[in-house]
This record gives sequence, C-alpha cells and structure tokens, in this order.
Amino acid sequence: MARLRLIKAINEAIREEMERDEKVFVLGEDVEASIFGDLRGLFEIFGKGRVRNTPISENTLTGMTVGAAACGYRPVLHIMFANFLFTGMDGIANQMAKARLMSGGQIELPITIIASYGGGRANAAQHSDTPYSAFMNLGGVHLVVPSNPADAKGLLKSAIRCNDPVLYFEPAGRGGEMGDVPDEEYLTPIGKAAVVREGGDLTLISMGTTMRMTLQAADRLAEQGLECEVVDVRTLAPLDEDTICAAAARTGRVVIVDESRERASAASQIAAVIAERSFEQLKAPIKRVTALNAGLPLAPASEQYLLPSVDKVMAAATEISKNVRVSE
Amino acid sequence: MSKNLSPDVSECLELLETMHVIRYAEEQLGEDFAAGKLPGGVHLSVGQEAVAAGICAHLTDRDQVSSNHRGHGHFLAKGGEPRHLIAEIYGKQEGCCRGMGGSLHVADYSKGIIGANGVVGAGIPVATGAALANLMDDDGSMTVVFFGDGASNQGVLQESMNFAALWKLPLLYVCENNQFGQFSPTATVTAGVISDRAKAFGIPVEVVDGNDVRAVWQTMARATDHIRSGNGPMFVEADTYRIRNHFEREHLIVQTPYRSQEEVEKMRRERDPIKMLQEWLKAEDLADNETLQAIDEQAKTLVKEAVAFGDAGTPPPLDVGLKYQFAGTYN
Ligand SMILES: Cc1ncc(C[n+]2csc(CCOP(=O)(O)OP(=O)(O)O)c2C)c(N)n1
Repeated sequence: MARLRLIKAINEAIREEMERDEKVFVLGEDVEASIFGDLRGLFEIFGKGRVRNTPISENTLTGMTVGAAACGYRPVLHIMFANFLFTGMDGIANQMAKARLMSGGQIELPITIIASYGGGRANAAQHSDTPYSAFMNLGGVHLVVPSNPADAKGLLKSAIRCNDPVLYFEPAGRGGEMGDVPDEEYLTPIGKAAVVREGGDLTLISMGTTMRMTLQAADRLAEQGLECEVVDVRTLAPLDEDTICAAAARTGRVVIVDESRERASAASQIAAVIAERSFEQLKAPIKRVTALNAGLPLAPASEQYLLPSVDKVMAAATEISKNVRVSE
Repeated sequence: MSKNLSPDVSECLELLETMHVIRYAEEQLGEDFAAGKLPGGVHLSVGQEAVAAGICAHLTDRDQVSSNHRGHGHFLAKGGEPRHLIAEIYGKQEGCCRGMGGSLHVADYSKGIIGANGVVGAGIPVATGAALANLMDDDGSMTVVFFGDGASNQGVLQESMNFAALWKLPLLYVCENNQFGQFSPTATVTAGVISDRAKAFGIPVEVVDGNDVRAVWQTMARATDHIRSGNGPMFVEADTYRIRNHFEREHLIVQTPYRSQEEVEKMRRERDPIKMLQEWLKAEDLADNETLQAIDEQAKTLVKEAVAFGDAGTPPPLDVGLKYQFAGTYN
C-alpha cells in the first residue's frame, strides 16, 4: 500500500495503461504542461506522439476521439474543467453516444474523457459545475465518479480498457483526497457501487466530491447514536441499482448526497429507483441533499450557501430519523 | 509520382458505372419516398455524382471517408454494397447498419466508410480523428471528408483545418458547393469564397468543376499525391448543383420558391455529369453507344437486385437498440 493523493493515483493509472497498450494516447489542451498535475511526467515518458498538446477546440476534440477510436485507437481526452464538456457537446452527445448504435454495432468506441469537476474553490459559475447528471440522460456513455485515490486509479484503468465511451469525473480540486492505493495491479469495475461503512439506522448514499462530507456526517451521527450504512455509488451510468436498493432496504431511511443541482440531479434518479424498487421497505421519505438550483457564485460564503454540507446532511438525516430508537 | 494525369478509358467507364449506380439507386429512393415506402426521409445527391465518383476512385479500403446527410453517393463510390444501402434505408436488419441508422447514417467501417452524419459539419471532427489515426498508423492511408457549402460555416471546419495544417494530417477536405444550404442560396448565408478559408491556414486549395468527373478525378490524383507523400491536408471546392429538392419532403413544407424551375431544368439539360461524360467519350471516339448502353444496363440491374434484396429483408427485433448501444466488453 502506498499513501497517495488522488491526482497521483490518476497519473499512475494513465501511465500504466499507456505502458500496457500502445494504442492508448492522451490529447488535450496543455496536456504537456499538465496544469492539474494528473498528467505530469507523461510527456517526458511517452513523447509528443502519444501525449498530444492540442489547440483550444473542444468540439473538434470530442469528435476527433470518435474518428480515432473507430480507427483502432484508445484516446484519452483531458477536457480540463467539466464545464468544457458543454463546449464539446456535439462530439459527445451526437457522435460518441450514438455512433455505435447507429452503425448497428459495427464499431467499438474506447474513448475516455477526463473532466475535473465541482465547486467550493471560488472558481465562479463556468468552472465549478457538477454536470454529470446531464450526461446520465445521454444513453450512450458510461459515467464514473470516484471519491478516493484507490477507486480513482482502478476506475480510470477500467475506463481506458472499456470498449465504450466513458466520461471520467475527476474530483481533484487541490489534488483531491489522500488515501491508500494497492501496490499490485487492480481494476475497479465500472457499474459497481461500494458499501464503505455499515450501520443499521440510516443509509447515506453519495459519490465523488460529496463522499467526504457524507462520511463526516456518518461519524457525527454515530456520536449521536445513529449508525449509518454508507454507499459510494462510484458509477452513475450504468447505476448499480442492486447494491443501492439493498442498502436502502436494510435501513428504510435514505439520504442521498450529491453536488449536482437539485432538479434532475443524480440524487433524483437514485431516489426514483429506490422508490420504485424498495418502496415497501422505506420507513421515511427519501431525502436529497444537493446543490441548490443556481450557478455557483464567486463569493466564497455565497458559494457555500448553495452547496451541500455536513450540516445539511445532518439536518436531512435527523429529519427522517425522528422515530428511530437509538440503541443503547 | 508517376500518376496518370487523366483517367484512361477503362477508368472512365468505371466512373460512369459508379455514377449510374448512384443515380439509379437515388432515383429509386425518390420514387420509394413518394410512394410512402420509406420509414424515414432521404436527401438525394442527383447531379452531384461526379464528386463522389471522381474522389473515391483513388481510395482503397484502408482509407476513410466521412460524409454528411447527402451521403449515399459517397457510400456507393467508396465501395459500399448497393444492397446494403437500400436495405438500410428500408429499415431492414440486412442493411449496412442493421436498420439502426438509415439514410443519414449509412456506414461500412470494414470499407473505411466511417459514416454519413445527421449533424451538419459533424463529420469534420470525426474525419480529423480518423486522419490522426492514419498519421499514427504511418502506412500511407488517408481520410476524405465530404461536406456542403452550408457546413463550411460551422466552426469545427476552421478548428479542424487548424489541426490538420498544424499536424500535417493526411486529410482531404471536399466541399461540395451545390449552391444551396437547405433552402438558402449559398451567397445569402456565406461570405467570401469558401476555399479561401483554407488558404488562411496554409492549406493548398483546388477549385474544380464538380460536374466534370474527369476533372474531379484529375484533381484527386494530385491531392492524393500531395497527401500520401506526407505533405499534410488539401482542400478541394467542387462546384456543383443540387438538381432535386433539398430532401424529398421539401414540396410538402416549403411554400416560397428559392430558385427557379428554369434554372433547375437548364442544369439538368446542360450540366448532368453522366451525360457530360457519355458525350465526351463519344466525341473522342473512346466508347460507342453499345458500350455505354451496356454499362447503363449493368448499373440498372445492380440497383434492381439491391431493391429486391431490400424488399426481402426483415425488420430488426424490437429490443435491438439496447443491444447495439454498448459493446459492453472490456479489454
Ligand atoms: C447542426 C445542424 N443544423 C441544421 C441541420 C438541418 N440541415 C440539414 S441539411 C442542412 C443544409 C446543409 O447544407 P450543406 O452543408 O450545404 O449541404 P447540402 O444539403 O447542400 O448538401 C441543414 C441546415 C442539421 N442537420 N444539423
């Protein structure tokens, strides 16, 4: 086990996959300089043929990955901030999400797009979105959202090996979380959620950047005598409905914590699935703790006001726990 | 560099047959649409066959072609099977895309036909990526992207030309200027000369009479020479004319005429690329009526067989969309 920052775990994943398969190459704006640190050193190892510094042309870049993938390559596109996915939307929504279907399955599209997301750093509204839920509706792309270094590495390796397009949402503000990463080779499967804490009173479900506050809330609730089961969703599409619903059913009280905006958030979809599949086991309304329905302001306190927080998770958990008998 | 500067007789006859096949297939689709036989719409390229034929004559299965909504001709000229095209547009699982794509998305990746595209201009980024793959393969293969004068107003064209010039991508831009973007005459929505835009990126340009298949063939001979020798992209603006409506539904939705019937008839009479080649072959004493007739018949038969194949096809199973969406495999 090595203790790594999430950004470094991502770096290792890309390096290992580039070493493993010469069809893997990286492209994007300033990937050579790697301003986020996740690509640091790759240019020196693999050279400009496989770490391709590009012009600022997102819509062409996303479409290019489709052409290159259809011709046998495995492009890894670093789009920088997740907001720029919107700039490159045609290539994503109309091309990569559709080309395999429209061709009757003639091709595989092993494309990975890395997008750093999330607020809380006074980046203002065009550099702070958590847009994954918008992409959940596309149908033709997988979405992964790791929360810790081990999953960040394992999910990225799986994404690069996956023969379908994967949007990889990187929760790496300030380098992301620290955590243990196994020394030996491993893959984290796409489409599998993880139960990261057990407890019989409440089920907290989260992903990516909001996992930290969710785990903190679980600690504080435990101090108050409420034991929480915590699920890290890890993949938003396809959603691991079985793990999520089983965890929801075990306690019957569910709080979903998600940094996307409330309306049509990832939490909304998860809540709908639980309501449909596990209604009989629910003992209280499902609660969603999400960002409020506005872009994120620059002013730090105003930004925080809109974002989920430990206190908001605590409040939601407390509200649906009124009649829980706290065990001695 | 010992490339012929002009197509020889047998090459001319092949070009003629390709154009005939495209014409017969598309006229058939026009009739089928009118008869209510097609599940979807079609954009036909009647009058523009010389561009597809002359360009694709120089390509092999290793080369890629990325095309647009008016892409039947590109598909057929690049070696796509007429029966797979017809069955696809009929929505049958025997089609090239198993009935999942239809007219707007005909593709046969095994032949380097990497897709028509329903989004105007969107084939350009895809082609840019394919050309990057050609470059990395370093095997002399190249990519051609066909697009219209309308598509040249999409920002991705300028983005792509910057990429291609910068990285010396083996990419040929073929702008088929058919004088209209949907129902807008080109000059009403497009400033300047389209091919001049390529010059700004240092990309060599040729403007060619897109109804003269021999001229297109010759231009393409020079373009492939340039591109396959590692010199980077080229841009061809093919001046042509769309004879039929923008799409076959047009008469149902467009009330204000945007061009005169006389103009269309004049183009049909005087600038039909098939007639132009036939007349040239006869004038030069390179082919007699009998030979030309035989080629015509051959193409007609091929299309008839394709239609029978499409008619005999079966609709795909209902849940097939879910099946083809993802490869679902990991390496
Ligand atoms: C992004 C996008 N905008 C608009 C359309 C609707 N549309 C379909 S074809 C067309 C005209 C395209 O003109 P051009 O590129 O010159 O090709 P042509 O039809 O003349 O062959 C338009 C506007 C579309 N399919 N995609």
